[in-house]
Amino acid sequence: MKLRSRHLLGIEGLDRSEILTILDQARTFREVLDRPIPIVPALRGRTVVNLFFEASTRTSTSFGLAASRLSCGCVNFSKATSAVSKGETLLDTARNIEAMGVDGIIIRHQSPGAPHFLSRHVKAFVVNAGDGAHEHPTQALLDAFTLREKLGSLDGKRILIVGDIAHSRVARSNLLCFTKLGAEVAVCGPPTMIPPDVEEYGCEVFYRLDRILNEVDVVNMLRVQQERITSSSFPTVREYRAFYGLTAERLRKLAPEVVVTHPGPVNWGVEMDFDVADFSRALVLPQVTNGVAVRMAVLFLLAGGEGEVRS
Amino acid sequence: MKAETKDRLLLQGGSVVDPLKGSVRRADVLVVGGRIEKVEASIAAGAGTEVLDCRGKHIAPGLVDMHCHLREPGREDEETIASGTAAALAGGFTRVCPMPNTEPAIDTEAQVRFEVRRAAEAGFARLHPIGCCTKGRQGKELAEIGSMVDAGAVAFSDDGSPIDDAQVMRRVLEYCKAFDVPVISHCEVKELVEGVANEGRVSTKLGLKSGPDVAESAQAARDVLLAEFTRARLHIAHVSAKSTVDVIRWAKARSVQVTAETCPHYFVLTEDALTDFDTNCKVNPPLRAEADRRAVIAGLADGTIDAIATDHAPHLKGEKEAEFDAAPPGIIGFETAFSLGYEQLVLGRALPLADYIARLAVAPRRILNLPPAAVAPASEAELVVLDLKAEWKYAADNVRSLSRNSPFLGRVMHGRVSAALLGEKLFRF
Repeated sequence: MKLRSRHLLGIEGLDRSEILTILDQARTFREVLDRPIPIVPALRGRTVVNLFFEASTRTSTSFGLAASRLSCGCVNFSKATSAVSKGETLLDTARNIEAMGVDGIIIRHQSPGAPHFLSRHVKAFVVNAGDGAHEHPTQALLDAFTLREKLGSLDGKRILIVGDIAHSRVARSNLLCFTKLGAEVAVCGPPTMIPPDVEEYGCEVFYRLDRILNEVDVVNMLRVQQERITSSSFPTVREYRAFYGLTAERLRKLAPEVVVTHPGPVNWGVEMDFDVADFSRALVLPQVTNGVAVRMAVLFLLAGGEGEVRS
Repeated sequence: MKAETKDRLLLQGGSVVDPLKGSVRRADVLVVGGRIEKVEASIAAGAGTEVLDCRGKHIAPGLVDMHCHLREPGREDEETIASGTAAALAGGFTRVCPMPNTEPAIDTEAQVRFEVRRAAEAGFARLHPIGCCTKGRQGKELAEIGSMVDAGAVAFSDDGSPIDDAQVMRRVLEYCKAFDVPVISHCEVKELVEGVANEGRVSTKLGLKSGPDVAESAQAARDVLLAEFTRARLHIAHVSAKSTVDVIRWAKARSVQVTAETCPHYFVLTEDALTDFDTNCKVNPPLRAEADRRAVIAGLADGTIDAIATDHAPHLKGEKEAEFDAAPPGIIGFETAFSLGYEQLVLGRALPLADYIARLAVAPRRILNLPPAAVAPASEAELVVLDLKAEWKYAADNVRSLSRNSPFLGRVMHGRVSAALLGEKLFRF
């Protein structure tokens, strides 16, 4: 099965069956990653560009690795050393790179909608690798993949997303993805970090973590995005940790079957205590590993690769 | 766009809309030497009289746009006074009042005279400048308001920016009393605004930085209280929010000298238009929720909002062809305002035709101390001919503005301006 759109701009544009198609495809590639030589020729001769306008370790490396594991060329673009620093517009940058001959553009940009804008002006397929506070679809897909691996299915699972919902693209994509996969989702954070009408995602809203923490199967912690917060959203880091942090004390109270996810990078000691790193049901590193497989699946499906997955 | 000079012109067979009386009646209008000579049920065309066939059409006073941006001086690539006044006239606006946020800003007598002269040279819509309240629109020191009034400025505003300092706003209001000119307030508590989308359901979904409606209404509340305190004339620009309509209604009930305007996009569109990140729907203040849109219509219907202005804000395609955050706010509006309002307000049964014309032709003249909108003997001819049955498509190729930044391109419109008469000059569209 193919995806309806030739771009991946968000979870918003995907239906449940498309999400499952990507996740099932990712499972194949996850097995590839465990092979002694984890490379397949599925996209040999193709090239994508990592057009990252914001700093990134995980996502840009993950896309780069995903491409190379598919035998696909990947060029990395850096805003700091590009003509953007001379005032070149996003559209000019993308058109110039496309003119050099790339099949796909993986874009991360600080402006919500930048990938949508680009998709209307280029012939290459566009993958949204994070657009402002809007969406981060591959993060949601890799989170869903990781949770399915651990829990089987998301149907009926209770998932709590904790932290800065207002400024988080991960929260938006996860809310959409988890609910489309049948989970019951709730969000929790200080009211200053809960955006208006978030209930329209079909989620419940909680302002006090301790009132809901023991009733969920999954705790999806979010990073406190200091760089995106333009006015004071909480008094001090100390108080944030006290009310919304996954502290060692809260960890001890968690039911044994509860799993914890975090998109990274973690502000240790703020949204999660260091102890969580050792918590056997914290999936932070498996999420990163699975991210490569999920991104392989996305590139494979968008680039039109079919039936070429062999070692 | 060329004018035909008509010494004796009979507008025959139409219906005359008199927004001062609130009436619409069948009448012919004879114009001699640029002045209205007769308005009667039936006038025979005498020798040497040309006839403009107005059968099935309406004749109304010329409309006045009290809030627009012509970009000259400074951004003549986006619009000039000549192109802007031509586009305005094609939209039925025989007078326009450009805001002073040009580059440089209009804050001296010489700049006001420059604008008036440029418009006179162009020969399209008449121009009445709005001058800056403060030097360079910096919100700190009063501009030379009196000198600008002498040069032709009819109101004062730092539009594009609010006057943050309440003491400066107080002094502006007080000072303008000496010249009987209104202060036009761009209401925006900047500290509450993190972006240009309305804070609500759509901004949450799209992850857009936003500002709440209270950013507008909180400053409107401050300004009406200052206007009450100083007993000065305040005009609230581009009302977009229900809470602002409520503030103005409250102020009018207290007999504060406050008037207000809104723009067609605030009663036609909502924040839902942003769903595809269409930068042609990026305006400031932002498109708001359906409840706000309805409140704006209700405010127009009950007179809380006195006037309709366009906030015509031209930008080049390349400027709008950008990511949402980076694109400048603003849309063009001269050539679509009448039709959008006619559809939404008149065909939508919120306002009778004469009252709708009053919002476009009477209220701005009253607020700005311009000659009244009379379709009566001895008045100078300043008329528009309206074809209310016309259906037409707003297409990029036919836009007279130098810019094309409109979310309404491609839309089929109802009702249009088919001609304008300014003195002896007849323009057909």
